Amino acid sequence: MSLDAKTVAKMARLARVGLSDEQVHTYQKEMQGIIGWVDQLNEVDVTDVPPMIGTGLAQPRLRDDQVTDGNCREKVLSNAPDREGPFYTVPKVVE
Amino acid sequence: MSSIFDYTLASAREALRTRKISAVELVDAHIEAIERLDDGLNSFITRTPEQARLAAKEADALLAKGEGGSLCGLPIGIKDLFATEGVRTTAASKILGNFVPPYESTVTANLKRDGAISLGKLNLDEFAMGSTNLTSAFGGVENPWKRRDSDAKLVPGGSSGGSAAAVAAGLVLGATGTDTGGSIRQPAAFCGIAGIKPTYGRCSRFGTIAFASSLDQAGPMARNLQDCAILLESMAGFDPKDSTSVNRPVPHYEAALGRGVKGLKVGIPKEYRIDGLPAEIEAIWQQGINWLKEAGAEVVDISLPHTKYGLPAYYIAALAEASSNLARYDGVRFGERVKGESLDALYEATRAAGFGDEVKRRILLGTYVLSSGYYDAYYLRAQKVRTLLQRDFLKAYETVDVILAPTAPSGAFAWDEKPTDPVQVYLNDVFTVPASMAGVPALSVPAGLDSRGVPLGLQLIGRFFDEETLLAAGSVLEKAASFTHRPTIHAGVSA
Repeated sequence: MSLDAKTVAKMARLARVGLSDEQVHTYQKEMQGIIGWVDQLNEVDVTDVPPMIGTGLAQPRLRDDQVTDGNCREKVLSNAPDREGPFYTVPKVVE
Repeated sequence: MSSIFDYTLASAREALRTRKISAVELVDAHIEAIERLDDGLNSFITRTPEQARLAAKEADALLAKGEGGSLCGLPIGIKDLFATEGVRTTAASKILGNFVPPYESTVTANLKRDGAISLGKLNLDEFAMGSTNLTSAFGGVENPWKRRDSDAKLVPGGSSGGSAAAVAAGLVLGATGTDTGGSIRQPAAFCGIAGIKPTYGRCSRFGTIAFASSLDQAGPMARNLQDCAILLESMAGFDPKDSTSVNRPVPHYEAALGRGVKGLKVGIPKEYRIDGLPAEIEAIWQQGINWLKEAGAEVVDISLPHTKYGLPAYYIAALAEASSNLARYDGVRFGERVKGESLDALYEATRAAGFGDEVKRRILLGTYVLSSGYYDAYYLRAQKVRTLLQRDFLKAYETVDVILAPTAPSGAFAWDEKPTDPVQVYLNDVFTVPASMAGVPALSVPAGLDSRGVPLGLQLIGRFFDEETLLAAGSVLEKAASFTHRPTIHAGVSA
């Protein structure tokens, strides 16, 4: 499968990673190489093989519906890059 | 005993209990060694000498009363992927350059509970993505080993490269690592130390910064397997805060070390004899086979037919999970922020400046394999291949108890010998990735030196939750190899 520059730019937009045109070009070449290499998986017959979801070792479990943590607003906010009182700040999103 | 740096974790534990040495002396000596050697090695991102000295005093008070946990007073290092309350935790990324967690990871909390003293946070590949420790935003780590004929800086392997280098150089008695596709075993082999990747679910992932959640597993790294066993017993255990943690008792791992291998069946997977495997790796593997045979094990040829597909399937699964896990670094609630006119511009600028090249490449690829129209072709198919990889192991364990293989396809290479093609770099993990994909435990022990004087490791892969058999067989290899070599750069060698 070919991975063109337009696709790389689209992935960068979806992943919210800002890239220059030059970077798009570099990543396109590298990603094309990696995708070409993983294409060998098409050789494997996976008919009727279920996908592995987790290792199946941990038992799903229930716990009591009780509050055991929380009430630590200052801790939660302690690493905020920018805040106003008990709020995180972001650029205006509503016009 | 000529030097304080000859202690292993086990012998230091004994010396502390019998008061032959104090925790303050032991910790001070290691802090001094870090100050003397680590400006060069760069194995630490953050050093915490003040906290360590304080903890050492407290440890001495406990030890004097005959109290203290199993690790009381022992200086260790923590890979900077484990959240440590009040101590900066960076994942070797710029985006977390000033992140101070308000909580503690379960693994480090367990070590603390048992009295271990952290000397600081150890360097790694950014977000544990790499096999060289050169992708760290805080600079690469130098392997304390040198080739006999050259002064060239060698890589310590990765991603737990700082952990491996610090242990090998005698700066700490042991360290935590994490292994997603080989990140404990490969650096352990490159630096001539021992390391264990336990069964997925054995150690809690709570508070460990996530790379690929279905693969990440914490484990110990130390100068020998006894030390690893002591650390693992403390680190392991059920944790309700991790939904993939498995609730079963933690054995006394040290007791398994002397079990021997008489009657044990050891599998040799033919698919690991890859094209172009260096003769020296082949030779050390054969040596390992002979050692186990001489100790009474039965060696059986086995097949793990899907081995070849382990690496490409691993990269799809790991990158997909990474792109999802790393979405949280957006510059809003924590981490570094680069301002933007709009929210999207803020995200894009923050992530452009905060992530290194390798991390960006993996996020982009992960986004691609999960994107609409490609999900089935890549991610779903890789997860199906993963089922086949796991079945390979389960089938093999119907006839054998443990599997022996090399840890890595080469010894440590020089900083400037790192291939530029990402696929070539990924091939470092060819022998370690399959066990990660299957979730089974594996370890690496130093087995010898190559012709240039650089260490080589042997890997043992075991059944789910059978770390004890791994330790028993590993201990036989360790004794036979009697690996007593030391790296050029070592705390016990004065300059």
